[in-house]
Amino acid sequence: MQMSLVIDANKCTGCLQCEMACSYEAEGVFNPTKSRIKIFPFHEEGIFVPYTCTQCDEAWCLHACPVDAIQLNKTTGAKEIVNDLCVGCKVCTIACPFGTVNYNADSGKVIKCDLCGGDPECAKACPTSAITYQDANWTGYDKMKDYAAKAIPAK
Amino acid sequence: MSWTKKVLRINLSAGTCEAEPLNMEWAELYLGQRGLGTKYLSEEVPPTTEPLSPENKMYLITGPLTGTMASTAGRYSVVTKSPLTGAVACSNSGGFFGNEMKCAGWDMVILEGKAASPVYISINDDNAEILPADDIWGKSVWEADEWLHSKHQDPQLRVAAIGVPGEKGVLYSAIINDLHRAAGRSGVGTVMGSKNVKAVVIRGSKGVHVDKPKEFFEATNAAKAILAGNPVTAEGMPTLGTQVLMNVINEMGAMPTKNWQHSVFEGASKVSGEAMLEPRESDGKANLTRNGACFACTIACGRISTIDPQHFTVKNREDLHHSYHGNSGGLEYEAAWALGCDTGIDDIDALTYANFVCNEQGLDPISLGSTIAAAMEMYEEGIITKADTGGIDLSFGNVEAMVKCTELVGAAEGFGLELGMGSARFCAKYGHPELSMTVRSQEFPAYDPRGIQGMGLGFATSNRGACHLRGYTVASEVLGIPIKTDPLVTDGKAELQIGFQDATAAFDSAGICIFTSFAWTLDDVAPQLNADSAGEWTAERLAEIGERVWNLERIYNEAAGQGAIADKLPPRLLNEAIKAGPAKGKVNGLPVMLPEYYRARGWTEDGVVSEETKARLGI
Repeated sequence: MQMSLVIDANKCTGCLQCEMACSYEAEGVFNPTKSRIKIFPFHEEGIFVPYTCTQCDEAWCLHACPVDAIQLNKTTGAKEIVNDLCVGCKVCTIACPFGTVNYNADSGKVIKCDLCGGDPECAKACPTSAITYQDANWTGYDKMKDYAAKAIPAK
Repeated sequence: MSWTKKVLRINLSAGTCEAEPLNMEWAELYLGQRGLGTKYLSEEVPPTTEPLSPENKMYLITGPLTGTMASTAGRYSVVTKSPLTGAVACSNSGGFFGNEMKCAGWDMVILEGKAASPVYISINDDNAEILPADDIWGKSVWEADEWLHSKHQDPQLRVAAIGVPGEKGVLYSAIINDLHRAAGRSGVGTVMGSKNVKAVVIRGSKGVHVDKPKEFFEATNAAKAILAGNPVTAEGMPTLGTQVLMNVINEMGAMPTKNWQHSVFEGASKVSGEAMLEPRESDGKANLTRNGACFACTIACGRISTIDPQHFTVKNREDLHHSYHGNSGGLEYEAAWALGCDTGIDDIDALTYANFVCNEQGLDPISLGSTIAAAMEMYEEGIITKADTGGIDLSFGNVEAMVKCTELVGAAEGFGLELGMGSARFCAKYGHPELSMTVRSQEFPAYDPRGIQGMGLGFATSNRGACHLRGYTVASEVLGIPIKTDPLVTDGKAELQIGFQDATAAFDSAGICIFTSFAWTLDDVAPQLNADSAGEWTAERLAEIGERVWNLERIYNEAAGQGAIADKLPPRLLNEAIKAGPAKGKVNGLPVMLPEYYRARGWTEDGVVSEETKARLGI
């Protein structure tokens, strides 16, 4: 079964546990600047929004890469960077409509979410379940259920 | 590995920024933040130093856990000699500033000397610069924050800044980071202003390493599970914030009201955490929009609030910063109490507005509200008149008066400069020092020690002046953590207070938030620190570090003239019995508790740290 990251911004408190979990898994250091997932605080609106790669099926980044350094992981559905092939040309960072592929000046390669090989650390670290990892075919399940519950007669 | 072992020393007089190694011998003994900062202060700044002179220094310091994934590990402390108290000051702030300092590769930033003209400090990993701040001198924290983000073209820049009161010598000015997180107490922002420093901005990209990663994840995950399973940290604080206490403390008759003349406030429920959840008439929204977290915090007690758009404080006020018309940092219990209960005001929107002003301009709302409350009592007693207040009718409960006073202190103008000296100096100026509800000239927090006896001893002996965050026996006396004790008796309170004081000093030195101690003991902190840092860290060692920190602060204060001579409570708390409620008839039993405390501390009967105690703790 393929799984997807599901984000519910209304549950996010902006603590950045996900950013640290991500940077530790990917780079071995607690460092939000190296995280593949970012939390955006909208101060005056009073909301924190987590954002990361949605793993597009027809991934712009994958198609744009001139050296085939972005490849599909058939098990997880993630589009993964092959560091040995990446030449750091950054075309994928331009191709991605969502900004979720970014260049890392320290390594000279690009970085993006790879779903941690199918066990995403951000979802495990999130203390409020704002980030969950769910059946890719049923990411709307909880929302459907919430609306379905409106049919329950009032007592 | 969790210390970067690097210190950035900035000499503002000479215009130099130099890196130097952290003194690791001291770090072994004092850990970080409060403890290690105080050690540096006591070695480098003589206790007799004039706090607002160039000879005073400021230590902006993280702890060994700061910047890691341990819950709440984003904090930093500001240690200096306080202009409000004349004693050691240590104000601790959350938000996202401490972790950024660590991420940039620094354990501590020291500010010494005085700049010739207004400056701000810019730190980007190894690069530190002293840059001109003429464009933002005279501006609020929020205005300065916008200007700095724009100038550096970096939305992820972290900013800590002072407002106008800090520039102009208001003695309880705070340093605000991330718009509404404060190193709030004892006037640490005033010291920054005296050095002509408007702000410190940091951007770090180096990251933080831990010593034993596998153990670290095990330890921090276990500790997070404890927070997630505790009713205070998992339910009470995320839902109601520190405001969970408003109704609790009022119902037990320990809610200081109208400058501590009463101990029950009839309007408490209207300014409580529960009231912040109630939809209002004008737009159907609640005061509270949601809770928010500081860096790495899995509790998330922070309040994010709006002011009713129809309230007089913001309606048709185009002169205000735009954040007043949107969300910002909402009411904490202490602010709601000081600005509200203590002044007899139960208008939650006026309190939220005043709280926003404190955040925008960098003010300690406890000291501000308490000083207004003392002035109100003097006004009602006829000690001061409209001739003194600039025409303001300072009656208890006068919402417009409280708002006006807050704005004047925020602007550091007129009567605001009088209130800006704090309640001790204000009351003394008009010949009634007994009306100032302070210890070491610092205003009390929201717990009447006639109804919660242990807190009286805590206030009297607090090294930074009256404070609830130095020995919170409320946890035991009210909430039953770790064990329930009777709030109305003095028996056993000396030992209880000492236990809380020492443990708190250890929490404060580790780089985590004291609110974790509702669920954690030092037995839960030790494994996290042990995996984070080289060396053996046990609960016993942490308790000893806490005791060492407490005694070092005390020794500094003794030499600063703030030792046993200042272990006093105002006469009102010792002689005037509580008039109504569950604690009716009670005064505080400090005279009974204090000798027990000195004895249990291993101090002389005069309250001086003994040579044996110094030797035992290696001070």
